[in-house]
Amino acid sequence: MDIIRATDLVKTFRHAAAVDHISLRVSRQECFGILGPNGAGKTTTVKMIYCFFEPTSGKLEVLGEDARKNIRRVKEGIGVCPQENNLDPDLTVIENLRVFARYFDIVGARALSRCEELLRFVGLYGKRHSVIDELSGGMKRRLIIARSLVNSPRLLILDEPTTGLDPQARHQIWESIISLKKSGTTVLLTTHYMDEATHLCDRLVIMDKGKIVVEGSPKELIRQYAGSHVIEISPAGEAAGNYLKQKGLTFEKTPTHFFVYAQKGPEVFSDITLKFGESGCALRMANLEDVFLKLTGRELRE
Amino acid sequence: MMNISLRSMRVWQRNFDVYLVTWKVNFIPPLLEPLLYLFAFGIGLGQLVKDVPYEGAQVSYLRFIAPGLIATAVMNHGFFETTYSSFVRMYYQKTFDAMLSTPLTIEDVVMAEMIWGATKALFAGSIMFVVTLLFGLLSMPMALWIIPVAFLSGLTFSAMGMCFTAYVKNIEMFNFPVFLFITPMFLFSGVFFPLSSLPAWAQAVAWCLPLTFLVSSLRSIALGSFGMAVIWQILVLAALGFACVLISLSAMKKRLLK
Repeated sequence: MDIIRATDLVKTFRHAAAVDHISLRVSRQECFGILGPNGAGKTTTVKMIYCFFEPTSGKLEVLGEDARKNIRRVKEGIGVCPQENNLDPDLTVIENLRVFARYFDIVGARALSRCEELLRFVGLYGKRHSVIDELSGGMKRRLIIARSLVNSPRLLILDEPTTGLDPQARHQIWESIISLKKSGTTVLLTTHYMDEATHLCDRLVIMDKGKIVVEGSPKELIRQYAGSHVIEISPAGEAAGNYLKQKGLTFEKTPTHFFVYAQKGPEVFSDITLKFGESGCALRMANLEDVFLKLTGRELRE
Repeated sequence: MMNISLRSMRVWQRNFDVYLVTWKVNFIPPLLEPLLYLFAFGIGLGQLVKDVPYEGAQVSYLRFIAPGLIATAVMNHGFFETTYSSFVRMYYQKTFDAMLSTPLTIEDVVMAEMIWGATKALFAGSIMFVVTLLFGLLSMPMALWIIPVAFLSGLTFSAMGMCFTAYVKNIEMFNFPVFLFITPMFLFSGVFFPLSSLPAWAQAVAWCLPLTFLVSSLRSIALGSFGMAVIWQILVLAALGFACVLISLSAMKKRLLK
């Protein structure tokens, strides 16, 4: 069974389409990523999936239910970790979870044991009586993840879960996500971090200007759009440019760099370094960031 | 459109839990407030103003203003809860956004906030009720009707507050309804003097203010002169409250799901 099935989904705000005819399917126990520059429509898509926004048009089924009609039933099976920290500052750490569980009609001893279990899972049990303002950014994020799990969701939606965190906190959160996935939870993730998407996602889409540009597994996309290796050449001089053209290589030019996408990276690299010297030349594996920049362009958004 | 369920009481419970954590702080101002008023008006002004004509009889000034003070407490606590307090929860704390990722609907959340506002109005009105009762200013048992009326009219003022919350851009903008609406009502709804002492046109204006209806009905109840007029006044408040509930539900839905 598909956990999410969206067909021709559109969301328009004051006549501007934030999401413009997208279709996607997410199956059980998958980690599905939505990537894209700012304003691409990632969060709007996610908010339609957790029934915050009603789609302007198109069909949307989540957990086998119509997401326009059976809003409460859909939301009962979803956990949401929003982009903004919206923990309740009027309540302590454990009260945040207990009150949130009560919104799902989970009360009493069952709620308490679930909250304590989750606090242990995210390593905040020792902080259970702290107030929210005393927590670090990473702790707040972990508490939000714990909160999004109070209803034992079948679908977990993570909207930029690690933005602004230090590497330690990020890796801790990644580990939690991987262990949740193993236990059968389907994960929908939006992120700006390509390493995060590569590390966590089985499949992903890259969105731009409200549309899906490309869909596939991170490996497939890298192979298809960036090849196996990238050679970076700096400065982007005329002689090197002419050489790349003459050799018929695929490359991109920025004011400071050439980026050469090559299937046979080491060979091309030794040819280039023989001609232009090793300084200013670097050979590396192609990654998702190359794909992302190639498909959505290098100019700034917003 | 009216997607409200019993689950909305979970939002009310959240506010009540927070209220209990700081209950001492929450309890003291509504308790001191009536004492200050009674001291100022009873001992201060009461020396100058002896008796006030009411329904052909003379009543002491304190007995005259006591129901007005209960009405004022109900208005203030109901209105301020769904303006400043709800706005902080909605805008600064993003509490509503968090709630909306649970099976709660926007209508659940907004309705619960208004019922919570009515609850705060009921608390404040009840404290004022007890204090004025202890001063012997209410005629029992008729005066007990003040309690349910306080809750109902509390809902009316909460719903009016929520209508403003649905439209203001920032929290400073609440100064306008407070200055243009709440303060004039406090002064000109017959809390401190009989409306009959105003010129006819000013009386007509006063009878456009919701607080006038509440002051008048509570005064009749408190002084034991219950009649059809009271029923009508309460019905007007209920109708106004119902309209404001409908308006605020649809306006808040637009605001949050823009």
